[in-house]
Parts: sequence; C-alpha cells; structure tokens
Amino acid sequence: MGELVKFIAKSLVDNPDAVQINEIEGEQSIIIELKVAPEDMGKVIGKQGRIAKAIRTVVKAAATKEKKRVVVEII
Amino acid sequence: MREIIKTGKTVEEAINAGLIELGISRDMVDIEVIDEGSKGFLGLLGKQAIVKIIVKDVVKENVKKFLDGIIKLIGIDVEYDIDEKDNSILVNLKGNEVGLLIGYRGETLDSLQYLTSLVANKKNIEGIHKRILLDAENYRAKREKILINLANKIAKKVKQENRSITLEPMNANERRIIHLALQDDPDIETFSEGEEPNRRVTISLK
Repeated sequence: MGELVKFIAKSLVDNPDAVQINEIEGEQSIIIELKVAPEDMGKVIGKQGRIAKAIRTVVKAAATKEKKRVVVEII
Repeated sequence: MREIIKTGKTVEEAINAGLIELGISRDMVDIEVIDEGSKGFLGLLGKQAIVKIIVKDVVKENVKKFLDGIIKLIGIDVEYDIDEKDNSILVNLKGNEVGLLIGYRGETLDSLQYLTSLVANKKNIEGIHKRILLDAENYRAKREKILINLANKIAKKVKQENRSITLEPMNANERRIIHLALQDDPDIETFSEGEEPNRRVTISLK
C-alpha cells in the first residue's frame, strides 16, 4: 500500500526523489506517512485538500482488497 | 501530431539533430528510419541517413503510464481502452474488478480521474490542457440515465403534492445532471444548498 502512495506522490510532484514513505502497520490498520519536498506540499494537498482527499480515496479503495483500514498522513 | 524529417551522416546524428531542434528528450519521440545512409568510399558517394521523428502524444503517454502503475500496484484485473477526441482523452476501464475503481457513487472513479488529469497535464510541452474523462463499464452513462429518471420522478411528485423535495447529497457533476434535466420544465425550479460534500439539490415549484 505504501508503494501505491509513493507512486501517486512521485507522479504528482516536481521532485520525485524527495518523496518518502513510512509505513506503520498495526493489527487492523496501516498508517502511511508521506513526506515530500516543502515546495511540493501543494502538489499533494491541493486547494482545500482536494488532491489529498483524492489520494486517500484511491488508497482506501485499494485497501479494501486487503481488508485493512489505511490512513494516509502528509507530514 | 507533430513530426519532422532530419538528415545526418548517421542515423544517430540525424536523431540527435532533430531532438535538439525540437528541444525534447528521446523518450518523448518515436523514430522511423527512412534511409540508413551509407559511408561511401573515402567520403565519396556517401549517402545521408534520413529519419522521421514523431513527437509522442505526451499527455496520452502520461495517462497510460499513470493508470498502468495504479492498476499494477493495486493488483487488480482491469484493462482499459484509450481514445482521443478533440481536446479530451477518454479512458474506459473494464474487467471483473472494475467496481473497486468506481467506488461508492463513483467516488473512487472521480478521484482517480482527478489525479490522472493532474499527472497527465503536468509536464505538457504543447501547453494544451487536455480533459481526461475516466469511465468504467459505461458507469457514467448509466448513472446519468438513473439521475435523469430520478429528477423527472421527483418533479412529478413535487407537482402532485405541492411541496419541495430535497435530494440526497451529490457531487457537482451529478447535481448538474439534475439541474439540466429539469431546466426546461416551466413549473419547476431547482437549486443547490449546503456545503460540499453534503450539498443537495432541492426541487420545488416556481
């Protein structure tokens, strides 16, 4: 699931090499921390969080296959 | 589609000259060798190499690259057709597991469409913003039909019962379908109220 977030983020930003992912896996949920270059923050958040919401929706759909709750946090 | 014909001492030289002229990198073009050229003898009777350099449709390539990556990483059995019309790129996803990419009320499909559009138009050398339309097993057309039927049914009820009726929350595109379906009804007016994502259409008498 982290790879999916990483791929989406890398596709959106101007500095793909600066994209970092940290996965914290619990019993029922996975927290995916996404870190991008400061100047790319807008590219993964968007106006009123529209891009972040779209990323979360797609990742949530992917997670239903694994029957786990996934939380994407942009830090 | 843009293409140029270039000549050079060798195929490689011709290609490089063309890429410099176009100002783009090798992965953004397709090459067709028209004549490989020949060295000749002692520089005499040599023939120039001729190549045709075709600039790839960058936006379309970006769409493919992005969707292929998503499908592979989610690990689902989904394929798609990709078509281009005017300034829109139309993608139709299909396969057994396509429902996963549609989501509740098309929520996932809309999100994926939005992300694809951002990625595809990001590095666009032609500078033309292309609209990306994602559909899955004709979900959008089916949904539109359902919404138009709903709008007409509710409008009838509004007239019969002489009261306003508020529909459930819908996204902007779905609300638009409702408004358009009833705009020509002389007795009915429609308006949206509330904040996203709980914005709802109300159908009432004029």
